[in-house]
Amino acid sequence: MDSELSDDPVALKILIAGGFGVGKTTLVGSISEIKPLRTEEVLSDIGIGVDDLDGVEKKTTTTVAMDFGRITIREGLVVYLFGTPGQERFWFMWDELSHGALGAVVIADTRRLTDCFPSVDYFEQRGTPFVVAVNCFDGASRHSVEDVRIALDLDDDVPVLLCDVRRRASAKEVMVSLVEHSLRTLTAAG
Amino acid sequence: MTMWMDDEAGPLVRPYALTRGRTRSASGETLDLIAMVSAVGDPPGGLGPEQLAILRAARSPISVADVAVELDLPVGVVRVLLSDLHDHGLISVTAPNAAGPRPSERLLKEVINGLRAL
Ligand SMILES: Nc1nc2c(ncn2[C@@H]2O[C@H](COP(=O)(O)OP(=O)(O)O)[C@@H](O)[C@H]2O)c(=O)[nH]1
Ligand SMILES: [Mg+2]
Repeated sequence: MDSELSDDPVALKILIAGGFGVGKTTLVGSISEIKPLRTEEVLSDIGIGVDDLDGVEKKTTTTVAMDFGRITIREGLVVYLFGTPGQERFWFMWDELSHGALGAVVIADTRRLTDCFPSVDYFEQRGTPFVVAVNCFDGASRHSVEDVRIALDLDDDVPVLLCDVRRRASAKEVMVSLVEHSLRTLTAAG
Repeated sequence: MTMWMDDEAGPLVRPYALTRGRTRSASGETLDLIAMVSAVGDPPGGLGPEQLAILRAARSPISVADVAVELDLPVGVVRVLLSDLHDHGLISVTAPNAAGPRPSERLLKEVINGLRAL
């Protein structure tokens, strides 16, 4: 597997997922410079509201903003972060994003844990390595990592960790835990 | 159509006017968001301001996503423009997995150490 020439630039991709308002943008901003990346939703690909359009040449799109961050490990080795919009109707973007991704961070808020179910399902089905980062909002009742693991019915090897996405040290810990998990997954797969 | 406007989606726009309505390039290639592009040679005459801006941004290797951010254009539009430039031999493209299908153990350890040192 050690096939990279040392001067081949390598770009790795990590996804940040989770429900609306759970802390995706905050996490990306805590660990990297954050830039808004615009991508577009083509209405005629969605199947709702298409009746109003009288032909593909009139394809209308709406722009969706995605969080985008970049961590330069060294020259020629860069990790890109993509924060996906939380709603399921943006899954058309996830398919592309998860293609070739090193892994994903699913952020969870224990006050509305169900919001992260779709993300967990998605990455489990795709076989994308992921960790669950429980964002401990101030005053939120703190559930144990074990409670979260059981509630999400996670495999034993999926790391679950408590974090405060506003803190850089905490955000770093989440990212390290994900890459370690991806490494274990790759090694196990041979 | 107002139902399409919400917190995470902006107003309806027609950014594809720049690509003359095309959502795909002639070659049909779809560039990965983290593919690296770099300008090759000197730009010929007759290019539009967006194409020229892309070639300027790509004077040293830059990811497709970063080009979209720099030009403040949606990714899909930038992809079509980039593919056109690629078809005309004006940029080179390096796929993210050019080094192999999966990152090596050594590389991931380097990433882990690099993240810890941030
Ligand atoms: N008190 C508190 N607020 C947070 C925390 N994480 C995020 N927030 C706030 O919650 C809101 C939503 O976070 P954001 O990162 O935008 O969520 P996103 O929708 O997943 O991108 C923002 O106003 C954040 O400042 C946290 O750990 N504690
Ligand atoms: Mg956000």
